[in-house]
Amino acid sequence: MAKWGDLLEEEEELPPSTTTGPDAKGVVTKVEYYRNEKGEVMKKTTKTRVVKIEKKVYKVAQERRAGWKKFGEAATERAADSVTSQTPDEVQLERIQRQKQTQEEKAKGASDFASAMAGSDKSAIVGSLRDMLYKKRMERQLLAAKGLIAAPERPPDEDGPGGSLPPAGKAGGWGAPSPRNRVGGAGGEGEMMQKRRDENSVRVSNLSEDVTEDDLADLFGPFGPIQRIFVAKDRETGESRGFAFINFIHREDALRAISKLDGFGYDNLILSVSMAAPRPERQ
Amino acid sequence: MRPYVLQGHTRPLNQVLFNAEGDLLVTCGKDSNINLWWTDNGVRAGSFDGHNGVVWTCDITYDSKMLLSAAGDSSARLWSMETGEELFRYRFNEPARACKFSVGERQAAISTDPFMNSVSAIRVFNIAEDPRDMLQTGPDEVITLTGPRGRITRLHWVDNNRHLLSSSEDGMVRRWDVETGKVLQEAQLHDKQISDMQMSVDGTHFITASPDRTSKLVDTQSFEVLKEYKSAAPINSAAISPIFDHVLIGGGQDAAAVTTTAAKAGYFEARFFHKVFCEEFANARGHFSPINSVAFSPDGTSFVTGAEEGNVRLHHFDADYFTTNWDRV
Repeated sequence: MAKWGDLLEEEEELPPSTTTGPDAKGVVTKVEYYRNEKGEVMKKTTKTRVVKIEKKVYKVAQERRAGWKKFGEAATERAADSVTSQTPDEVQLERIQRQKQTQEEKAKGASDFASAMAGSDKSAIVGSLRDMLYKKRMERQLLAAKGLIAAPERPPDEDGPGGSLPPAGKAGGWGAPSPRNRVGGAGGEGEMMQKRRDENSVRVSNLSEDVTEDDLADLFGPFGPIQRIFVAKDRETGESRGFAFINFIHREDALRAISKLDGFGYDNLILSVSMAAPRPERQ
Repeated sequence: MRPYVLQGHTRPLNQVLFNAEGDLLVTCGKDSNINLWWTDNGVRAGSFDGHNGVVWTCDITYDSKMLLSAAGDSSARLWSMETGEELFRYRFNEPARACKFSVGERQAAISTDPFMNSVSAIRVFNIAEDPRDMLQTGPDEVITLTGPRGRITRLHWVDNNRHLLSSSEDGMVRRWDVETGKVLQEAQLHDKQISDMQMSVDGTHFITASPDRTSKLVDTQSFEVLKEYKSAAPINSAAISPIFDHVLIGGGQDAAAVTTTAAKAGYFEARFFHKVFCEEFANARGHFSPINSVAFSPDGTSFVTGAEEGNVRLHHFDADYFTTNWDRV
């Protein structure tokens, strides 16, 4: 007496194999049934992803490829000659990291924008543009202080010809506090400044290690005048710890920067930007 | 990238050249061979046999039907690209060096070296509709341009075939009037010879390469030097990317000093410079001797280098070359 399983196998026909797809993701599913050596029915599911690669070829080039016959040495060439071979290893297009110029070298080099532009050094071009914008802003503030021109509502966000580059605030540079924001008398000003600094401080984390204060000035400069930028560094190794504080002069700028840059991809990392927690009161 | 290594030459390469569609590659070298390759898989499509001297330069017609080669055996030859058959032979008393079809390919300019009593010259010929007809009629020389000393290394037809640009061994680039034969304009661009001169796609500027370790981007009309690319070693060839602001430079330690130099210190890499900022941003290793000629494919998706050791390397860029932001400082 055979087991019921054997009976079932002998009596039952194998189900037909089915092929479905490709579905939306391009996956083709093929289901097959077969008997193994023991005579058991096995189900085999094969999933294959089908990718279409489109390559455009010139019609004349295709005709050439089909019609031309090898001639000269190529006609008598044997595979063993290995005239053409593909390298076994990947050859990388190796990226070259240029060392950043030091401030002294920059100062030694092209000093004005025109001569920097004529040269080839990118950092000199960008650097001198930055210097030029800074100089211009200082001149304007000096004139405003002398009362020669109307004081601007606030330090301009963009100036200089074209305005194609974001005005980079000097890292850790001084931004003029607008008289409008001056609260209270002269007496408590230092305290007020300290308080405001804490209030308008933005904390950025998940920065890559090679981010400098200049980079952050580039990134946050467009949102408004910055009072101070501080990149946290390891006390011993001097390496960046991956977070920084940016003190805006205006609180609304800080809020705007947070709304725009939180979750922003920078240097392949997603930034996390938030208001900094107020510093605990010192005793 | 996994480049194809094409070993069809036994001696140093002189020039590597794509056709208009970029499906064919022509290489010529000091072993008097000219090879034709399919660029998609690097398979040799043919060889043009016949020269018995170093082949300096080649040029391909726009329809890829005909090839012009200039060689040190004092001849320049027209070949059928499809069959490899020699159609016509220009015979000179001097070695031929540079050759170039005019736009429309009704004419060809071939430069010959100073030799014995003759001075360097650029010879302009009319090409018959069927070059084989010239076997009866003989070459139809229109004008010979002579004057300055020094070998003429590269030629380009500009200004609607009215003028020719020549680069020469004395570091000068000159503009010739093809009709009158006069030099209209000249500029001393390099201290040493100009070994290569390649046009941009639109013809508004060209790039020169010189063993004086610089390569220069020059305005075609004014000969004003727009940019200068500096290398630590002599430069033999330079090409402009047709799609990006990239410049490809090939060269390396002088061939005579190669045996005494470590491969690493020889600067034998194919070097990529930013066209505007003139910074080297990437390089590709592979050759173990100076690169003599470089070229971008017309669609900018591959590049080829031919070197002193006789190898040609055909690289198809990986996808990340097109997506990487190379401009970042």
